[in-house]
Amino acid sequence: MSDEYDNNKSYQAQSSEVIDGSAGSVNPDIDYVRPAEVGEQDLYHGHSFIEKWVFCQDAKVIGVQYFLTAVFTGIVGLILSWLMRLQLGFPGLAGFMTAEHYYQFVTMHGMIMVVYFLTALFLGGFGNYLIPLMVGARDMVFPYVNMLSFWMFFVAVAVLMASFFVPGGPTGAGWTLYPPQTILEGTPGSGMGILLMLISLSLFVIGFTMGGLNYMITILQARTRGMTLMRMPLTVWGIFTATVLAMLAFPALLVSAIMMTLDKVLQTSFFMPTILKAGEVLEYGGGSPILFQHLFWFFGHPEVYIVALPAFGIVSDLISVHARKNIFGYRMMVWAIVGIGGLSFFVWAHHMYVSGMNPWFGFFFATTTLIIAVPTAMKVYNWILTLWRGNIRINTVMLWCLGFIVTFVNGGITGIFLGNVSVDVPLSDTYFVIAHFHMVMGIAPLMVIMGAVYHWFPLVAGKMLHEGLGKWHFWITFLGAYSIYFPMHYLGFIGVPRRYFEMYDSPYMTSAVGMNEFISIAAFIVGAAQFILVFNIIKTLKTGKKAEQNPWKANSLEWYTSTVPPEHGNFGDRLPVVHRWPYDFSVPGAKDDFIPQTTAPSEVIHTEVEKT
Amino acid sequence: MHAGIIFLLVIIGSVLFHIFTPWYWTDIASNWKGMDDTITLTFWVGGGVFVAVCLFMIYCVFKYQHKEERRAEYKPEDKKLEKILTWATTLGVCALLAPGLIIWNQYVNVPKNAIEVDVMAWQWGWQYRLPGADGKLGTTQVRNIADNNPFGINPDDPFGKDDIMVESDVINLENNRPVKILLRSVDVLHNWYVPQFRAKMDAVPGTVTFYWFEPNKVGEYEVLCAEYCGVGHYAMRGGVEVQDKADYEVWLSEQETFEQLSARYEKLNVDGNKLAKK
Repeated sequence: MSDEYDNNKSYQAQSSEVIDGSAGSVNPDIDYVRPAEVGEQDLYHGHSFIEKWVFCQDAKVIGVQYFLTAVFTGIVGLILSWLMRLQLGFPGLAGFMTAEHYYQFVTMHGMIMVVYFLTALFLGGFGNYLIPLMVGARDMVFPYVNMLSFWMFFVAVAVLMASFFVPGGPTGAGWTLYPPQTILEGTPGSGMGILLMLISLSLFVIGFTMGGLNYMITILQARTRGMTLMRMPLTVWGIFTATVLAMLAFPALLVSAIMMTLDKVLQTSFFMPTILKAGEVLEYGGGSPILFQHLFWFFGHPEVYIVALPAFGIVSDLISVHARKNIFGYRMMVWAIVGIGGLSFFVWAHHMYVSGMNPWFGFFFATTTLIIAVPTAMKVYNWILTLWRGNIRINTVMLWCLGFIVTFVNGGITGIFLGNVSVDVPLSDTYFVIAHFHMVMGIAPLMVIMGAVYHWFPLVAGKMLHEGLGKWHFWITFLGAYSIYFPMHYLGFIGVPRRYFEMYDSPYMTSAVGMNEFISIAAFIVGAAQFILVFNIIKTLKTGKKAEQNPWKANSLEWYTSTVPPEHGNFGDRLPVVHRWPYDFSVPGAKDDFIPQTTAPSEVIHTEVEKT
Repeated sequence: MHAGIIFLLVIIGSVLFHIFTPWYWTDIASNWKGMDDTITLTFWVGGGVFVAVCLFMIYCVFKYQHKEERRAEYKPEDKKLEKILTWATTLGVCALLAPGLIIWNQYVNVPKNAIEVDVMAWQWGWQYRLPGADGKLGTTQVRNIADNNPFGINPDDPFGKDDIMVESDVINLENNRPVKILLRSVDVLHNWYVPQFRAKMDAVPGTVTFYWFEPNKVGEYEVLCAEYCGVGHYAMRGGVEVQDKADYEVWLSEQETFEQLSARYEKLNVDGNKLAKK
């Protein structure tokens, strides 16, 4: 038992709250909440700087560590995208840029942004920080393993970054790492580069599994009294479902990374058929390149939702809080998250319509893919219906949410093009695909991340970010990103293939020169605009306005901690007891326009609140 | 207020961009107009949903701006509305899926009268082979590939002898006659793609993949590799020349068969040996 929280006693005290709770009483206690079934968790409080800030077991610190490391990789990814756009918009301007470099930048940009930036940020960053706070726990259930998870991720990032400095440079195989080219000469970084990539991915999966077990078990086992599953904030639902997906999907990535490492190092032939290279038949035979694609996308498609579901959850909460209105159709939202998560395991081969797999698969995967559009559309409807008849604060957080809706719907619609098998045929492997997935899983989740940063910064740092700077940051990013990716779809219609170092002078492609220049300039501006946030954070930490407790007047538990920012253990002496869902905004008859989750029914007796 | 206006301008701008864009499809030169039509249909339905959702959002932003004294509506659920929206979406999705699947069914069923064209890809180039008078391509093996046998045709396969070897990265096709493209690769993934034909498929080493189309416009087209295949990917171009039947037959008669090619190499060898002896 921890020396600071005397738990057994507090349980007694809590059950004594029950005023006249005897069964069969004429006045059953409306505030009754079932007592906890297990004792409270032991917490190890760090005693030194290293224990408090480096090898720390506090999920909040681990969350911030994940966040900062992921942002570092994100900045690397951003710089790589600038270099790519430099080549595409103004070929030859950067003298050092060879085709090898270009493909290495493309590959590293993709892998960093999808895995090391977005996944780590949403689950490692927001997951760690918010899960214990939102479900009313003192920490993750396995704090030590949680710490290991971050440091494993850190090593994975270090290995990945090291690949920039090995002979031959990082791999240039494209982030999908399709064999056979990935491990053959003719692809840049096919020696050390690819090996380090595969090792780094394996480390990432191992580290992530440790974190993921924590997120799942904390949510399932460590919720506070009264926090039923259907009273959890959608943020927690999104992160929970994404974690379950990750636990099932990442093993496919791990095994394919191991198999490919064996193909590379020991000349096994999991993915390698008979190959003729420079007039020589290589020592491979009988393997299947398409097998790798199946494994990769069995991971890769759920991966899209591993990024998207936390974003769905977070944006639901942000919209609800800042529209001062309950999220519309909460139960539908929960089932949509779970349904999308389940379906996401049955759609992977829509990335492979023209891969040469048996073409009859196309019928099945097109159908499952378009089915997934239905719960996704329901979520969109519910977001805008939450705005409807709301009382909407148009602040920076809400702007990011609105930006998310526009970009997500745009990217979702183009997904219907690409999912619909025969429509995919002319568009696949063109810039339409690039535009689609950047809009839907690049820009849209990024909008949510930004909104979440502005929303929760007062909790994490105890200070309010500057609104004016925030709005500039939003408008430049939103308008800039939209003008990068919206026109880019039309390059795809022309037929411009992706992953082209240079377009040359195909007659129908020369017309795209002007557009490519425009897109590149917009990309430089949007990238630079992200440093407004960096500046805003530094400025706020130094001189910013101190945040009051719960500045947004939200209901969920993270705003009701004993101190701001919350200390280790989160809730002081007593864990909160939950009586309602987190969306009781603007309840008729209530004094304020919000009723915190901890408010007992007897305190709001004259309100017309619905039972949750 | 200005936020709503900017969002509105973005939506209007998107629609105008779509109407006036100078960047759009290349003129179609094959039978796959159905793909274009499905795209257009998806544009109408999807674009409509996009505009409607965004306009509704913008309306809410204008109409329900924060006022201290006002309260939002409190209505956690509306089962009826949710049901209507679910079914309407399902219907819309079915309407898009149906034509998509119908065209896919055509795409995977090759017409019987299609002429086979064997496309062989390597890092980084293309080569072609046509069946000879017997209408059948000879079987092949990567290990047989040599200067005198660029496709690795099995020497004891009788169907292989008369195969027509096109020693060029440009292939000629007969106008209005379906072609079945057989794709093979000797090293990594490639994809034989002509934007004007709309169709594509990866070439995968170790197996033979296929797709078909019917060219319907005489002219010259550029072939692009559409599956990343290493550092020369962007430069891996080829060509197609679609010709009328008469022109095509002239071209076809000028091509060498596998047998002739082998004989030529043998002669070269003999000549080479003679030279060496001298």
